[in-house]
Amino acid sequence: MDCRSDKQSSLVGEHNGDYVALATDLISRAKRYGATEVDVVVADGQTLSVQVRVGAVDRLTKAREKRLGLRVFVGRRSAVSSTCDFSNDSLEHLVAETCALAKTVIEDPLSGLPEPSQMAQDQPDLDLYDGTLLNAETQIEWAQRGEAAAFSADERVTNSEGAEFESSSGRVMLANSHGFVGSYQGSSFSLSVSPIASDRQTGSMQRGLWYDVQRKFARLASAESIGQEAAKRAVRRLGARKVPTRRVPVVFDQETAGSLLANLCTAVSGYSLYKGASFLVDQLGQRIASDLITIYDDGRLMGGFGSRPFDGEGVATRKNTIVERGVLTSYLLDTYSGKKLGLSSTGNASRGIGEAPSVGPTNFYLVPGTSTPEEIIRSVKQGLYLTELLGFGVNMVTGDYSRGACGFWIENGELAFPVEEITVAGNLKQMFQDIEMVGNDLVFRGRIASPTLKIAEMTVAGD
Amino acid sequence: MKEAVQLAVFGLTEADAQHVLDLLSVRGIDYADLYFESRVSESVSMEEGIVKRATKSISRGVGVRATAGEKTGLAYSDELTRKDLEVAAITARYIANSSHGDRMVPVPTCVKPVHDLYPIERAQIEVATSERVALLNEIDAEARRYDVRIKNVMASFTTEYKVVMVATSDGTLVGDIQPLSRLQISCIAEENGNRQVGSFGGGGRVEFEFYREQNRHLDYAREAARQAVVNLSAVEAPAGIMPVVLGRGWPGILLHEAIGHGLEADFNRKKTSAFSNLMGQRVASEVCTIVDDGTLPFRRGSLNMDDEGTPTSCTLLIEKGILCGYMTDKLNARLMGMRLTGNGRRESYQSVVLPRMTNTFMLAGESDPEDIIRSVKKGLYAVSFGGGQVDITNGKFVFSASEAYLIEDGKITRPVKGATLIGNGSEVLKRVSMVGHDLQLDNGIGTCGKDGQSVPVGVGLPTIKVDEITVGGTQL
Repeated sequence: MDCRSDKQSSLVGEHNGDYVALATDLISRAKRYGATEVDVVVADGQTLSVQVRVGAVDRLTKAREKRLGLRVFVGRRSAVSSTCDFSNDSLEHLVAETCALAKTVIEDPLSGLPEPSQMAQDQPDLDLYDGTLLNAETQIEWAQRGEAAAFSADERVTNSEGAEFESSSGRVMLANSHGFVGSYQGSSFSLSVSPIASDRQTGSMQRGLWYDVQRKFARLASAESIGQEAAKRAVRRLGARKVPTRRVPVVFDQETAGSLLANLCTAVSGYSLYKGASFLVDQLGQRIASDLITIYDDGRLMGGFGSRPFDGEGVATRKNTIVERGVLTSYLLDTYSGKKLGLSSTGNASRGIGEAPSVGPTNFYLVPGTSTPEEIIRSVKQGLYLTELLGFGVNMVTGDYSRGACGFWIENGELAFPVEEITVAGNLKQMFQDIEMVGNDLVFRGRIASPTLKIAEMTVAGD
Repeated sequence: MKEAVQLAVFGLTEADAQHVLDLLSVRGIDYADLYFESRVSESVSMEEGIVKRATKSISRGVGVRATAGEKTGLAYSDELTRKDLEVAAITARYIANSSHGDRMVPVPTCVKPVHDLYPIERAQIEVATSERVALLNEIDAEARRYDVRIKNVMASFTTEYKVVMVATSDGTLVGDIQPLSRLQISCIAEENGNRQVGSFGGGGRVEFEFYREQNRHLDYAREAARQAVVNLSAVEAPAGIMPVVLGRGWPGILLHEAIGHGLEADFNRKKTSAFSNLMGQRVASEVCTIVDDGTLPFRRGSLNMDDEGTPTSCTLLIEKGILCGYMTDKLNARLMGMRLTGNGRRESYQSVVLPRMTNTFMLAGESDPEDIIRSVKKGLYAVSFGGGQVDITNGKFVFSASEAYLIEDGKITRPVKGATLIGNGSEVLKRVSMVGHDLQLDNGIGTCGKDGQSVPVGVGLPTIKVDEITVGGTQL
């Protein structure tokens, strides 16, 4: 139910009964210490990760983990705690301390659990779990094949940051003093390959990275295809140079467009909004983007990385339209931030085990358009095709945007040469208005996904 | 000096540790260690004048690690029984492809760390929550008093009490208590629909009283408010190559990104760093001498020992522009035949050890900071920064200014909006032409991310002048 909840899904696990009993017990103990409302979240999981570098095993990590989070309300005061120690004495101590902690903070009239009527009534199986257990040998073999494919794809690939294969699975159980109990289970399988290409003349090096991640092992792209793509991405950066400072059209590829969408996602979070820490304050119902832009957040997308039957407070997830043809139609809200803004939860409570709920996306995506990425590039006479962004130069309060960038210079509709050590700058408010073309290439590799996007003009700083 | 930390804290004995290390002592394993960790974190935060949130988190576990050549095996567990340790040891030694013991490990003897950099009388964790609530309330009032345009104040106080113990196959058994806390404040100023943010904070391995000494917490509040108000009148930042003067203190993030990561031993052993094979060569101008020093008392980046039990030290990285040292952990020091510098760090028992920075800073030079500003005809003066990032392989790094001013004819004139600065680590340091005599370390807010692991670090810098660097504003 936190960011890692990519890895969970909706099936009731075998040992779930133990956790339900544990949670029910903690809820009644907390009430004895004066709590008026309580919720308990328990998450557990296992991970096996192997990293191979230049053919040999570099690192192998294996673990099982479990963690319990407790949130109590004493009237309108609340506190949150978490622990990995499930022993009876330790939990008793935690419950007592958490209730005492709640009594020390200031009363907040809007705090509290969601209404009982808002709790998820159904808990559909969203196809998020694959029980395939891989052993270390299999994972090592996958990583080795991925890295080997990168080395053999191009003779300029001379070194490697390694290839990593990770499998993990886990489950989440949430219970509260309204009597809600829910759980889901999920899994994740990923391979990433990071080769280094070098230029024989200058000795300069460039890293490439490619990966795939799937909830189902059988759907993972082949190790060879991932390795080859990673090699291509390293080699094509060789000989990169700066370009003169000027204003030009900028095409964001899938990955960089996804990061732009992630900025918008933060700006529509209820917490950013009621604190006045978003460039989209008071924009509900207003045009905030070009009419080519429609954005959904869908918590029940089958097999989605952000899918879950209920959110971090037990509220049913759903499909929300965030932006419709350029108009901001909904924020992302949990119960508290919703109340602050006079609105209802959108089922977007995100819950780190040891944190009070905040707001997060489920599957947040920009609806694809009709242009192929090639057509978008061809539409640019002179401009930039952006493939990587560096640094944190985004001011969410003002929308001011200035980030390090890498990519390719576009000359007469063709990728002419690789570019690096430049920045792209503008303001997010204007950038979303200035989106001129939307690609048809939407692919989910995480909770936030966007097709290729073209922005009419930004400042590129270089020489 | 405090008592040595004992394994009994984790409900285990020295015989348990030795038994597990024996299991790891198989053919092919060069080194093994057990890292026990107990961590209690607490935080209180306020917004809209209300201290709304209080959290407490407890974690405890052990990481069992074995290394064989370049290989590392790690298994970790949040259960601390002898049986769980045995299972973890068998998993970790998988990388050696062997289960035959060929030697006994030395009997571990419990010792205290060499340093005692953060002797603390009253642990943060024992400070009543009500005292922290009062601290945040005073901050809110002070920031709002500073200027009527301050519309919201967000402040948080977080504290961590970490007890670690390392038992190693080379006979070390040493523990440390590592307190850490941080106060962070953000203010939003608003005027005629223009909203701007300012942030400030500080902390370290200090007692709660540190924040009240000479009303330090109120200074922080005014500083965050001042920055937000300054930004209300900021104009568009310039775009292109120009001279940049960096203010003292936190702008030292330049060093962290531009060369710090590139001098961590692992990247150089793998020859994936832009600084590989440059030992003994010029990588910066003559006025630059840069160190990494984990031994500064009470600092956020300081440690009595690193996470492999090695005492921290002050490592000379660049002397008068010449590359002369890398930061090492045991694995990379062994493979590279280098000395241990005490830079082996891990985020938690769940993470592998990597060579990481502690407090990285440039030594003071001889220039007067005012002369440095006066020497610039047209350029940027950047005094506060958000985050930074580097691509180790090609050496390109960025860092983003959050408070900056134009310099025109040797004078600081208008504030400009935040902008990202981008450069190549070695090229930028070769263009440092003046170094001020005003070295200052940052206030204790830095967290460094590498390979998904976050660890607290410090940076420091005197006022310096970089003759040219690309500034990523919007104004042509």
